[in-house]
Amino acid sequence: MTIDKDLIAETYSPLSSVAAVSEGLLSVGYISSEEISTAIYLAVHLRKPILIEGPAGVGKTDLAQSLSRYLDVPLERLQCYEGLDESKSLYEWKYGKQLLYTQILKDRLNDVVGDAGTIADLTGRLATFEDLFFSHDFLEPRPLLRAMEQTSGSVLLIDEIDKSDEEFEAFLLEVLSDYQVTVPEIGTIKANVPPIVILTSNNVRDLGDALKRRCLHLYIGFPDAAREREIVRARVPDVSDSLLTQLVSFVQDLRTKDLRKRPSISETVDWARTLLLMHADSLDEAMVRKTLNVLLKYESDIEATSNAIGSMARNAASASESKRLPSGYPSLS
Amino acid sequence: MSAERTITDFVRALRSADVKVSTAETLDAVKAVDLVGYEDREFLKTALRSVLAKSEAEKDTYDRLFELFFQRKQKEQSEKTESSEQETDEDSGEPQNFMDIAESSDEAVIEMALERAGQASGLQDIRFSTQTSYYAQQMLKEMGVREMEAELLEQLQAHTPEGDAEAERMMDARKKMTARAIEFAKQQFEVFGAGATQQFREDFLAGKRINEMDRSDMERMKPLIQKLAKRLVSKHSRRKRRKNRGQLDIRKTLRANAGRDGVPFDVHWRQTKKDRPKLVLICDVSGSVARFVRFLLLFLYCVRDVVPDLHTYAFSARLKDVGPYLDTSLDGFESAMERILAEIGWGSTDYGQALSDLQVDHWSKIDRRTTVIVLGDARSNHGDPRIDIFEELAAKTKRIVWLNPEARPLWGTGDSEMLRYFPHCSTVTMLSNLKQLERAIDDVLMHYS
Repeated sequence: MTIDKDLIAETYSPLSSVAAVSEGLLSVGYISSEEISTAIYLAVHLRKPILIEGPAGVGKTDLAQSLSRYLDVPLERLQCYEGLDESKSLYEWKYGKQLLYTQILKDRLNDVVGDAGTIADLTGRLATFEDLFFSHDFLEPRPLLRAMEQTSGSVLLIDEIDKSDEEFEAFLLEVLSDYQVTVPEIGTIKANVPPIVILTSNNVRDLGDALKRRCLHLYIGFPDAAREREIVRARVPDVSDSLLTQLVSFVQDLRTKDLRKRPSISETVDWARTLLLMHADSLDEAMVRKTLNVLLKYESDIEATSNAIGSMARNAASASESKRLPSGYPSLS
Repeated sequence: MSAERTITDFVRALRSADVKVSTAETLDAVKAVDLVGYEDREFLKTALRSVLAKSEAEKDTYDRLFELFFQRKQKEQSEKTESSEQETDEDSGEPQNFMDIAESSDEAVIEMALERAGQASGLQDIRFSTQTSYYAQQMLKEMGVREMEAELLEQLQAHTPEGDAEAERMMDARKKMTARAIEFAKQQFEVFGAGATQQFREDFLAGKRINEMDRSDMERMKPLIQKLAKRLVSKHSRRKRRKNRGQLDIRKTLRANAGRDGVPFDVHWRQTKKDRPKLVLICDVSGSVARFVRFLLLFLYCVRDVVPDLHTYAFSARLKDVGPYLDTSLDGFESAMERILAEIGWGSTDYGQALSDLQVDHWSKIDRRTTVIVLGDARSNHGDPRIDIFEELAAKTKRIVWLNPEARPLWGTGDSEMLRYFPHCSTVTMLSNLKQLERAIDDVLMHYS
């Protein structure tokens, strides 16, 4: 199989410019930023994988999912963990099936080789059969192989690559640079339309240089207030404007504190849902205290911020007040 | 200047600032520029960033250099389009006269001349800030300052009022251009040289003898130690996880498949368990060694991620557990050090007493997986070195590593007991600079993989 240029162009044609990428992602509910869209655009046109780094919960995985939804191509997801190897990522022989077939064929074997006189005769006769047990029928394709076999492109998400071992990283290099995989018994399988490969990392360990060099690099950090408001608005459409402004400004403030785990977008979204459930229409100290465990996942963080909660909540509340008033008016505090 | 040349120059600037860019990435960058174009600066910046800078630190450097580099390039390019229209009738390739350049009212002409002279004199190779004046002189030469000076001399020798006025004018022009050239060279140094200087300084520090360091060096050492420690952490956190996947675990496989008449449907592979590094650190904090202790502790506290089990004892006469003092953030490290030194340091050293204290109070924390690191000069003021305890310790532990700040010929001289401890140690290393320290710790961790 060779790479079919026209087909590639057709599959990824919706991603013809950076603006188109942003709009496309928006249409499936992913609020992109200039940087994210540029990276996707380049990845498609330079045919390179993207390595996304950033804190947990800022939408790294979601980006891949949204992209596959928008392009309407399958998403192949490979979750990495310590000890992940080829048999779980690339392919495995259907060992049980092979065994079962041999058991069945055992009885029939006599019919084939029954009257063979010498050993040489016997091997000659067996050699006329194909490599039955090591053919595609007995191959269990895993995400990497599946992504290469898609005839019309796909999004391949290799999630949390930093959790895998160094050997696996090295093994990935072939896949990432040539979009092909090798099964020794069958041969090399090359992707007809190269998938858009997205790797994510939470920086559990430093990735090898070889891998980094083959990828475009994208860092997704915590969003600014405006983008975060948009994201929460997209995910929790029922939340009122004033509450939205208040809660986002509270979370933004919280992130500047010295915390063990700073809340990310997913926590903000959860918190918005929580506040909605509690029928809150504005932030006050009591409400924040009651629901703080949605935002902060460590007891020590909750304790550390406990003193400042009151003033932070008031600041957040006044932030939305002053925002709603036209400029020039004194703000109510 | 072609797109390729611009990119390769930029890559050079990045490399000199310790951003590692490979040739393949440079090619990618050129392709990206083709795709993106020069029109939208922000777009170009984001695009090149994702191709060239692959970590957060690299992104910061990239942003800084991009501004410095492309600011100039952009100016140059807009000038080129303007001037190319004006200069079509002239021969634009001809180098201009020095005075023409200096007295030109068009800022663009001066900038262009500086740029050209900079390139001709190899300004991209600038590495140290002290080189700026040298390069400025070279640039002036390229712009024809010699010819101008010859003329200046003639004018002065003529002794006419017009000649004097002319000479005055020339000297002004030279002064002005010298200032411009120096400024330009400084700018270029920011782009091409600043990072390299930093790198050079770090290399120099890592190799410098610790007892020759002064206070200002100490401050600079901190980030360097953190950097080295980080390198070790990433190296060893990886190795820890290796498993033995190739071998079949027969016992487990048979047991799992007993229900299927022993036909091995599920296979299990043998795994080897790795010991986690377990370190016990015994530091002599008497005057002569205190400085080394500071670095060793700082270093080890930076690699705590791969050494979760770390006990630290310090002594000069009596041994004391100093772990609790050091359980602070890195910023508090200095003050913790001061407290330890004030409390335990500066006494007369007694290795025998320290070893027997270790045996009495902390023996249970040491087992066959422990590596004991001793940092000291083994100068025990002629007291009993208690070789017997040390021998027992050696038998009980995985390894004993002795780091001695003294040079090898001094071991065993005077009150040094080093040669008597020596046979019981797995390794004895001389420790005089940071590079040796890194190697020693690396060696210790290596034995756990």
